[in-house]
Amino acid sequence: MVSPGLDLELSFSQAMQGFGLSQEVARLLWLPLPMLLVLVAAVVGVLVSVWLERKISAAVQQRVGPEYAGALGVLQPLADGLKLLVKEDIIPARADSILFTLGPILVVVPVIVSWLIIPFGQNLLISNVGVGIFLWISFSSVQPIGLLMSGYASNNKYSLLGGLRAAAQSISYEIPLALAVLAIVMMSNSLSTVDIVNQQTGAGILSWNIWRQPVGFLIFWICALAECERLPFDLPEAEEELVAGYQTEYAGMKFALFYLAGYINLVLSAVLVSVLYLGGWGFPIPVEWLAGWLHQPIDAPVVQVITGSVGIMMTILKAYLLVFVAILLRWTTPRVRIDQLLDLGWKFLLPLALVNLLVTAALKLAFPVAFGG
Amino acid sequence: MTIATSTELICFLVLSVVVVAGALGVVLLSNIVYSAFLLGGVFMAVAGLYLLLNASFVAAAQVMIYVGAINVLILFAIMLVNKREDLKAIANLTTRRIVSGGVCLGLLALLVRVVVTTPWSLPGPAAVGEEATARIGEHLFTDYLLPFELASVLLLMAMIGAIVLARRDVLAADVVTGEAADQGLIEKARTPLLLERRSS
Repeated sequence: MVSPGLDLELSFSQAMQGFGLSQEVARLLWLPLPMLLVLVAAVVGVLVSVWLERKISAAVQQRVGPEYAGALGVLQPLADGLKLLVKEDIIPARADSILFTLGPILVVVPVIVSWLIIPFGQNLLISNVGVGIFLWISFSSVQPIGLLMSGYASNNKYSLLGGLRAAAQSISYEIPLALAVLAIVMMSNSLSTVDIVNQQTGAGILSWNIWRQPVGFLIFWICALAECERLPFDLPEAEEELVAGYQTEYAGMKFALFYLAGYINLVLSAVLVSVLYLGGWGFPIPVEWLAGWLHQPIDAPVVQVITGSVGIMMTILKAYLLVFVAILLRWTTPRVRIDQLLDLGWKFLLPLALVNLLVTAALKLAFPVAFGG
Repeated sequence: MTIATSTELICFLVLSVVVVAGALGVVLLSNIVYSAFLLGGVFMAVAGLYLLLNASFVAAAQVMIYVGAINVLILFAIMLVNKREDLKAIANLTTRRIVSGGVCLGLLALLVRVVVTTPWSLPGPAAVGEEATARIGEHLFTDYLLPFELASVLLLMAMIGAIVLARRDVLAADVVTGEAADQGLIEKARTPLLLERRSS
């Protein structure tokens, strides 16, 4: 039995009604708040991961990294962002100016909208949509259109090739990704991210999906890295071959949008890996047990606030652990070739994901207790 | 009128305008790349209409299949064979346009008549909302099993056909005529992907 947990919306609505506002106006006032909060969280997450990227890459290469902007260089990403913000915005003379502007927007919007389904706790998400994880998959399939658009509009062969490569990569890795998610969905009998996490909360760390879906976890992680165009899969912007791929002609804020989309997508993928395989907001030992040992009622307001905070902390901790792994991978592995990339996607991951799905289905039929019958 | 219903109405109006204007753009614009991108916009707006109808699974599937797969495929096809060559002027272009416009207007009149005369408010089953996903799955594996399987066989056939067409170089004989395959046809002269845009 899952406790109802904190319901901030209800409390907010009641407080507003205390001021004499109608329920609908209270809801209207409430709606932008979580969206704003998640947007700020996503942007701060980007700043943190940019700083981590710079510091960890420096450590990997035995450098110091940024150190003058703020303590340990924590303000460096902010300085980067400010620089990109005030840089001149150039549209090449023979580029298609409408598509050139629309491209980066189409890349960044689906990624931000996908934060809609990220749960930080039982009720700590913007919207518990029933099709949750499926919504994320379909949104991430919109991104290639933005990449193709910006590659085409730049009127530059490197951009076009980079855009086509990005789209091809994104399409081919989406299929094993979706199949890996499908195996999880089969186990939790729901597409909603909240239900997927709740299904893993039974026995703390032991009930996390990673033990039941180790192959799915690896497939999902590889595909997520490929979707984010992180090394070893950053072919669309391979410097030695394509200058900077579809980003070649971009400068200033439009370039920053690609940059932002890349890092938001990285953090988003890391959070989703933790939601799907690492128990989401769950603490390694269930908080219900801890509260029981301390003889605290789980419904008490103080305990609720503490469990809520622990949930947010755990989500962020797990996500940044995965971001750390992704950054280490980026600075320690060489880039694959485009044919190796497509071979890996179509000839290895796709059959493996299908087998994983079949095995999960068989195990679900054979052991309905352990695999969510 | 409550806030919820007025929001719904505004969303419906905006989405309808996007669908109609976008669809007109797809047909009327001369630049095929714009048409393809607008088609994606129309698909997205249709997905929004599904959302308004409380069919979130269908909306997400619409985005994934039509925008993420079909539209991207169309864009790929356009960008890989984008030759920007001048097409030969077609004789009697104006007459052709008038005739096809007349046919389209006739179709529109027919559809409008259907919309006006059909009694839409049937006492059907209540909307299932979030349960729709499970319900769709149930239907696919019970009473719609045959069309479902037939569709998958059709897709398999299309896939095998595509592989045969794409891998002609490994086949010794032509698939259709049975003669020895002409390897010279496969190595075609390459044309540059992007030609200089004419200064206008």
